[in-house]
Amino acid sequence: MPENEPHLVLIDGSRLIVEACAQAGADVYVGYPITPASLIYTYASCRFPSLLPAPDEITVVHWMAGLSAAGRLPVTATSFPGLALMVEGINMAVMMELPMLIVLAMRLGPSTGAATCGGQGELLLLRGLISGGYTLPVFCIADAGDCWQLPPLALQAAVDLRSPVVLLTSKEMVMTQRSFDLDRLAQIAPVKRTFYDSPAPYRSYDPGDGLVPPFLPVGSGEHQVRLTASTHDECGILRPVSDAVLANTRRLQTKIEAGTPVLYELDEQTDAETLVVTYGITAGAAREAVTALRGLGEAVSLLVARTLLPIPDVYCEILDRYSRVVVAEENLEGQLAHLLYGHRRPPGVCRVGGIGRMVRPEQIVREVRGA
Amino acid sequence: MSDFLVSASFPYCKGCGHRLTACSVVKALEAAGARPLDVVLVTDIGCQGIVDRNFATHTVHGLHGRSTALGAGIAMEVAPGKRVIVFIGDGGATIGLQHLLEMARLNVDMTVVVHNNFVYGMTGGQPSGLTPTGYRTVITPEGNPLPQHDLCRMVHDAGASYVRRVIGQGDFSDVIGEALEVEGFALVEVLELCPGHGAKRNRGLRLRDLAQRTSCEPRVWIGEPRAPFRLERRKGRPSLFDELPSVDVRFASSLEGRMALLVSGSAGEGVQRAAEFLAQAAIACGLHVTKKGSFPVTVGVGFSDVDLILSREPIDYHGVSQPDAVIVASADGLRHNIERIRAMDGGTVWIDAGLEVPQTGAQLRAVDLRGRAGPRSAALYGLMVFARETGVVPPEALAQLVRESDIGDRVPEEVLSG
Repeated sequence: MPENEPHLVLIDGSRLIVEACAQAGADVYVGYPITPASLIYTYASCRFPSLLPAPDEITVVHWMAGLSAAGRLPVTATSFPGLALMVEGINMAVMMELPMLIVLAMRLGPSTGAATCGGQGELLLLRGLISGGYTLPVFCIADAGDCWQLPPLALQAAVDLRSPVVLLTSKEMVMTQRSFDLDRLAQIAPVKRTFYDSPAPYRSYDPGDGLVPPFLPVGSGEHQVRLTASTHDECGILRPVSDAVLANTRRLQTKIEAGTPVLYELDEQTDAETLVVTYGITAGAAREAVTALRGLGEAVSLLVARTLLPIPDVYCEILDRYSRVVVAEENLEGQLAHLLYGHRRPPGVCRVGGIGRMVRPEQIVREVRGA
Repeated sequence: MSDFLVSASFPYCKGCGHRLTACSVVKALEAAGARPLDVVLVTDIGCQGIVDRNFATHTVHGLHGRSTALGAGIAMEVAPGKRVIVFIGDGGATIGLQHLLEMARLNVDMTVVVHNNFVYGMTGGQPSGLTPTGYRTVITPEGNPLPQHDLCRMVHDAGASYVRRVIGQGDFSDVIGEALEVEGFALVEVLELCPGHGAKRNRGLRLRDLAQRTSCEPRVWIGEPRAPFRLERRKGRPSLFDELPSVDVRFASSLEGRMALLVSGSAGEGVQRAAEFLAQAAIACGLHVTKKGSFPVTVGVGFSDVDLILSREPIDYHGVSQPDAVIVASADGLRHNIERIRAMDGGTVWIDAGLEVPQTGAQLRAVDLRGRAGPRSAALYGLMVFARETGVVPPEALAQLVRESDIGDRVPEEVLSG
């Protein structure tokens, strides 16, 4: 391909996600088929160094945990029904502090809902997924470029935080094809990873001066490694509740709050009093709506959230600058809106949503102009 | 004290069979000449699981019933020569039965020790799937009315290399040692009595008599010789981009601005592929394209439709509220999109001539799509007609892409040239 010539292809988000994961150094894919995540599984079967077809999603997450404990960097992709089966295992991986990436391709619920219809209905579930209210880092893909850029960042975060990480997307991103210039893609640097390397005895959950304990794969020939899903001390031994062991448990939240990368896109317009807030598949409609509104002479700003959990403080600072906020997302009651404002939305905050089809740009335009 | 232990003070009730099992495992490891760091002990939820603190090996304490799957993940990755030993109870074996069967089917190189004391000890002594008929428990004081699973037989049938049932009395380290030597999936079911919940309610019961009465006597099952599971590590996998057809801009489009096109037909009749060709042809004209497919999960029955957007400008939103053009290639396609077609207040609908003409504000063009092209090429033919009549995509661009593809020789020439 000559320089400066575009490398144009028709591509879906699944292919970009899998290729990005592989180039970032994710080395094993554990799969169980489920629409709309099955394309990711199929691509991973061709691309990943190792592939494990599992008999169910409970096994998926446990194989991932075992492989992660032994030093691999596993990835899977699923949708709500599969995530539901993984919940206990993800809690275990959080407690054991095992890096892994779970791509969640959302579809219409509840229950099995409509497998080939998109949705954005799992954000609140993810916020409450970890027993006790602990936070799982969640990043969200807003466009095709994110399918390339976010997987390496999410994998690096999983390694850096010693935690499972969720990469949220939707049927409409992973199954929709679009024209795309592959020459636009930036090089992906492999995930940087270090392992514990000291003659001193290894304590699996001793963070030293930081918040994240160094990692050593189980099976080391130098040091004993202890991992446990139950409340434990810094050595990884199950202990009765005490201030010391609870300090270790509290650290699980502190490290996520302190270390999760804050990723967002802010397109602010001078004099705008209205801010459109969105994430994921609705970002496309929001961008079109904002362009249309500006074409009509309306001043409006746009915040596309890529880090969804933990909610970055900077979002609150941005929201506070606007007298009107329109939160757009494809679900029934407004899940990001709920995370940002709680059950009682203040005056000036409204939402645009819906189920069974993507939020339309004209819905957002209408809501913004309805002020 | 053994090198495999950091404490010989086991956390078990007096008389608990778990202690004998732990001691036999330690003795077997010593006899095998292993080093503590060559061993990963994966334990489950249940009384057997809390022994991990005593061990000087690597220890991983997981979830109820899942230690087999967790241990398998570890066993797939740790270096050859490392041994993965899983401790699980009869309750864990019940809730995690599929994991035992699956790891046996794969023949994962690991040793599972099932501490079968017939009850859920930690929760008060309820019966599990491995509790023998007649065994008295806290919720079945008259005796368990149900038959127990023959776990060993099931795991053997699933493909385990080695399965053994043993009475958990005295020193049975030789049995554990035999299992540890197996390359592949090995399981030892140890029959025990829970002093807190079993012995009290089943006074005078002897394990050997119980095993005989319930056809769970000690024995060994040897599987057909086969290689243990090895996780493949494939190096140098080609990029997923390599197999994607690269599209050169070599045609021109008459399109100004943007157009939304709906292609609607039957699943299994090439609708998605036809739309893919049109999308590639649009790219070959320098246009931006999105292709949003919709079809039932069965993929081979019912409708199949595609919303295509072709645009001079980049496309942020790929949904289509009202299409500018529609191809209807079958009755399934018409039924599925009838409301959208009725709602159109402009644009054009190319519809198979055999279909009932809907009420719509769009201009209607009846074409014998199915008759001229056959069901499998009707949608593609419809797109060829669309291309010829609109110039949005030159028909030769579409035809050329089809001819150059893997299905080029299967599409009737009159579809592409007619």
